[in-house]
Amino acid sequence: MLKINNLCTNFFTYRGIVKAVDGVSLELKEGEVLGLVGESGCGKSVTLLSILGLVPYPGRTTDGEVCFKGENLLEKSSNEMRHYRGNKISMIFQDPMTTLNPVFHVGEQIRESLRVHKHSRISKRNEKEKVFQLIKDVGLPSPEQIYYQYPYQLSGGMQQRILIAIALSCQPKLILADEPTTALDVTIQAQILDLLRKINKDMGTGIILVTHDLGVVAEFCHKVAVMYAGKIVETGLVDQIIYDPKHPYTEGLLKSIPKIGNKKNKIQSIPGDVPDLATLPKGCAFYPRCSQHMPKCKKNEIPLQKIEKERQVSCLLYKKV
Amino acid sequence: MAELYITKKDSSKIIKYNKGKMCWERIKHFLKELIQCHTAFLGAIIVLSFILIAIFAPFIAPHDPLKASIINRLQPPFWIDGGNINYLLGADEIGRDILSRIIYGSRVSILVGLVTVGISGFIGTLLGSFAGYYRGRFDATLSRFADLLLSFPYLIFAIFLMSIVGPGFFNLIVILCFKSWVNFFRLSRGEMISEKTKEYVEAAQALGVSDLKIIFKEILPNIIHSILVLATLRVGYFIILEASLSFLGLGIQPPTPAWGSMINAGRAYMLSSWWVSTIPGIALLILVLSINLLGEGLRDILDPRLKLE
Repeated sequence: MLKINNLCTNFFTYRGIVKAVDGVSLELKEGEVLGLVGESGCGKSVTLLSILGLVPYPGRTTDGEVCFKGENLLEKSSNEMRHYRGNKISMIFQDPMTTLNPVFHVGEQIRESLRVHKHSRISKRNEKEKVFQLIKDVGLPSPEQIYYQYPYQLSGGMQQRILIAIALSCQPKLILADEPTTALDVTIQAQILDLLRKINKDMGTGIILVTHDLGVVAEFCHKVAVMYAGKIVETGLVDQIIYDPKHPYTEGLLKSIPKIGNKKNKIQSIPGDVPDLATLPKGCAFYPRCSQHMPKCKKNEIPLQKIEKERQVSCLLYKKV
Repeated sequence: MAELYITKKDSSKIIKYNKGKMCWERIKHFLKELIQCHTAFLGAIIVLSFILIAIFAPFIAPHDPLKASIINRLQPPFWIDGGNINYLLGADEIGRDILSRIIYGSRVSILVGLVTVGISGFIGTLLGSFAGYYRGRFDATLSRFADLLLSFPYLIFAIFLMSIVGPGFFNLIVILCFKSWVNFFRLSRGEMISEKTKEYVEAAQALGVSDLKIIFKEILPNIIHSILVLATLRVGYFIILEASLSFLGLGIQPPTPAWGSMINAGRAYMLSSWWVSTIPGIALLILVLSINLLGEGLRDILDPRLKLE
């Protein structure tokens, strides 16, 4: 359904060109859930924004293609793109507090999304009914009351449900979820993930989930792509990645999850810092932090290689099959 | 799970919603806060009574403001020896009733203040919103132009233009607006820039909402309170400015009563008959002061950042 090919999004800053997304290729079939993991600043969110063509200034998508149902979104005009946003592809943001407009009733905000995409023209009364239905669908009770609440009157979990209702309003084929559970506490997190899973199952909506929580990924996703410094370093099915990580970076990420009951040992971390995206070294970007680096890692750019079925790694430790 | 379903505010009180009732609730809430802020409430009452006086001037004024009677020339107010209860606040240099002239003069002041703020606020906010949202060359050009206008002292600028186009109500409004949109422009532009980076705008974009709708239906309701406060404060400023120009003979022309020209007319008799120019001056002071009090109060009420818990 969605096929991203060699996507490059650069930020043209005074310090130089920052390659936030550098040759990312992804594929998502209908009804699949793809997890996009990586540490802060590795280009996960920008990848999502690039899909919708919403990269903020001074960023620009310079290369590649984003094929959604066979049509390249990067070639669309801004008016045509508006037709996709929220309608066929919708987005859920990280912080529900700030994502809802503070001065409107939440019901009106859900209704707004129905109104924006006029092809689903519904009469005014039905519009309200539809909003009530949506509020119910995302597991909130007494929609008549919720409709007239302001965002600040709702708890974080309820706000996130409202955002999901907005995202669902036009029955999109694809939902881009940008860390939808980061701002919520763990029990609410589980509820929101359950809701997303239900949506995925019932409506067959594809989801790209950006997160840095590998627990969420293990629980929820079918496929995983690990990003580092604007590049995808490893992709595969979720079990492959979680139980048998190949790339040293993925391995490091998995090791750095704190374990309950492990009091004595420090949390393992990956040594070093995230590289500056404006001055990336030649060769593997992870090279300076890698425990198994070799001299040849520095020499050339390392392509993604298929090493198993459904499995790609960009590391010289593994041989192409 | 259960606590998720309870809103932060006690929802048991809220039984049935309808839009009209909600709106009324909000107005009631606003009035309550206004009354709690004593100075603002006082200002509001005075401003409101001035507006009512201006509207019903023909019914309130005891005399014809234009009718001169030479016998009553420079008649002092009633509490001074030689005063006449028929001329409560005395009479001016050609025997016109000062009270009636003040009542009619309030029409000019209030009208100039409101119309100027209305027009310049509309234009300034419109341009400022676009400039702040789109930035780029449009914004740069307008901002430099705004800086240019701001670098002129207002009164000199107005005197200069008025002496070119000539006095008159319409010209006065045009010239006041010509410069005053800049304040609204800068405010709304700045607010727009800071508001644009917020996530709800990004979310609206991701929803496919058009730019126009984002500007006017998403962002503007979030910044309208500061524009309202500025507008209120500017009304007082324009009333003073109109009075200054009328004082200089460049604003409203006699015989139409205007406070500025009344103050000017009494200037020559300042030592012998102080009331001719002092009383319109006091009227001006009271009106502008109460407008400013109201504006300050509105800022406290509308800006949650200034609220002390």
